[in-house]
Amino acid sequence: MSEVPGDLRYTKDHEWLRQMEDGTVLTGITDHAQDALGDLVFVEVPTVGDKLLAGDACAVVESVKAASDVYCPIDAEITEVNDALADSPELINSDPYGEGWLMRIQPEDAEAVEALMSAEEYEELLQDED
Amino acid sequence: MGNKTPLFESHVESGGRMVDFGGWDMPVHYGSQLEEHHAVRRSAGMFDVSHMTVVDLTGSRSGEFLQRLLANDVAKLKTRGKALYSCMLAEDGGILDDLIVYFFDDNNYRMVVNAATREKDLEWIKEKAASFEVEVNERDDLAMIAVQGPRARETAAAVLPAHLREQALALRPFAGAACDDYFIARTGYTGEDGWEIILPAGLASKFWASLAKAGVVACGLGARDTLRLEAGMNLYGTDMDESTSPLESGLGWTIAWQDSEGGDRQFIGSAALREQKAAGIARKFVGLVLQDRGVLRGHQRILVDGEDDGITTSGTYSPTLECSIGMGRVPAATGSNCRVEIRGRRLAARVVKPPFVRNGKACIEL
Repeated sequence: MSEVPGDLRYTKDHEWLRQMEDGTVLTGITDHAQDALGDLVFVEVPTVGDKLLAGDACAVVESVKAASDVYCPIDAEITEVNDALADSPELINSDPYGEGWLMRIQPEDAEAVEALMSAEEYEELLQDED
Repeated sequence: MGNKTPLFESHVESGGRMVDFGGWDMPVHYGSQLEEHHAVRRSAGMFDVSHMTVVDLTGSRSGEFLQRLLANDVAKLKTRGKALYSCMLAEDGGILDDLIVYFFDDNNYRMVVNAATREKDLEWIKEKAASFEVEVNERDDLAMIAVQGPRARETAAAVLPAHLREQALALRPFAGAACDDYFIARTGYTGEDGWEIILPAGLASKFWASLAKAGVVACGLGARDTLRLEAGMNLYGTDMDESTSPLESGLGWTIAWQDSEGGDRQFIGSAALREQKAAGIARKFVGLVLQDRGVLRGHQRILVDGEDDGITTSGTYSPTLECSIGMGRVPAATGSNCRVEIRGRRLAARVVKPPFVRNGKACIEL
């Protein structure tokens, strides 16, 4: 069973969001997503300053087997990307909710994060997928 | 639900991530594809390849039949158990399948063909065999396990039935031996030493378990793909198919144009191949090493200065070389550099001659 921390928000595309105190939001892919992808070997992150709409493909994570798009979860500006992933994409496998974070975004609408799925709702989604 | 090999339960019990592969439920990995890959390069790994199709040919004209059926020449096989890699072609020179054929004796040969092409191959082989009065028997009563890696033979030998060990360890590369119910050949699809072991389906799960106990790492189809790509070995349906000939698939070396007396061999597709050769081959099959960060995959556009575009057929991240490698078709005049378009970006790649890795060592300069 994959790990689903209770204090995060989730999307149906298996991304997680963590609301930070400074108003920014950290995002990454979930434990379920990294497990399904397998060993990650390459990550393409967006450019800092990019303004994206919810649903825009903004990053690519590639495992040994295949490439997968990561979508911007909400309308937002990219304010920071995890540069460590360039040399160590496996951080996403070993610590998807911590060192394997993907990008920091500044939401267009501060309320948008809360409107996403709770941990409970995301767990239900995972059960339905099985 | 797909077809299941005799080892299906073993895979599920070992945590194998099962996927559909050409109609078969097969493990793609058992946790980490990278660790499985490294196990084969550094020690010993095993693969369930029971989904592949084993076909036995019997009849006094079997050799003559295979000389007609295959682009390589089974007359090269003189000792019992010896193996030959060959393409099986359509009349137009397109590749119907690639396979290994083993020589047992003048009346008996064994072929191992791909799983995804099973129906098509069997139909074709039976149709062509009829006029040679060769009997074609599919052996779905057998399982097949590949044990590969620098320590594969010594580790697997210890769990073989005692009376087979000496004979198995004495096998030279590309040679095989039948003993009781087992057929063991020093062949593989990884670029490492090892054996492919064909055995009765009923013995497979016990043998698999004893290999695991001896320290051989179970490996899935994912590692099998990265290993074969590093070894520069083509995958049927990906790197070549009915629309491509061996001459544009890097497989010219597998065509036996002449018999031992120097006469032109006449096999199915030979006339078309001779025409292609005379006209000149427009595209060549090459290896690619990505110079920039990214991962090559199949179906990516290859850009060559002053020439038409090429296309990648396979690509992956190479766990051994720690960069991305691939294979593809490019215009014959392509030099040592090209660019590959990945998600709109044109990344620099070097054109090399496979293999990339053999026996754990890089074969190309990085």
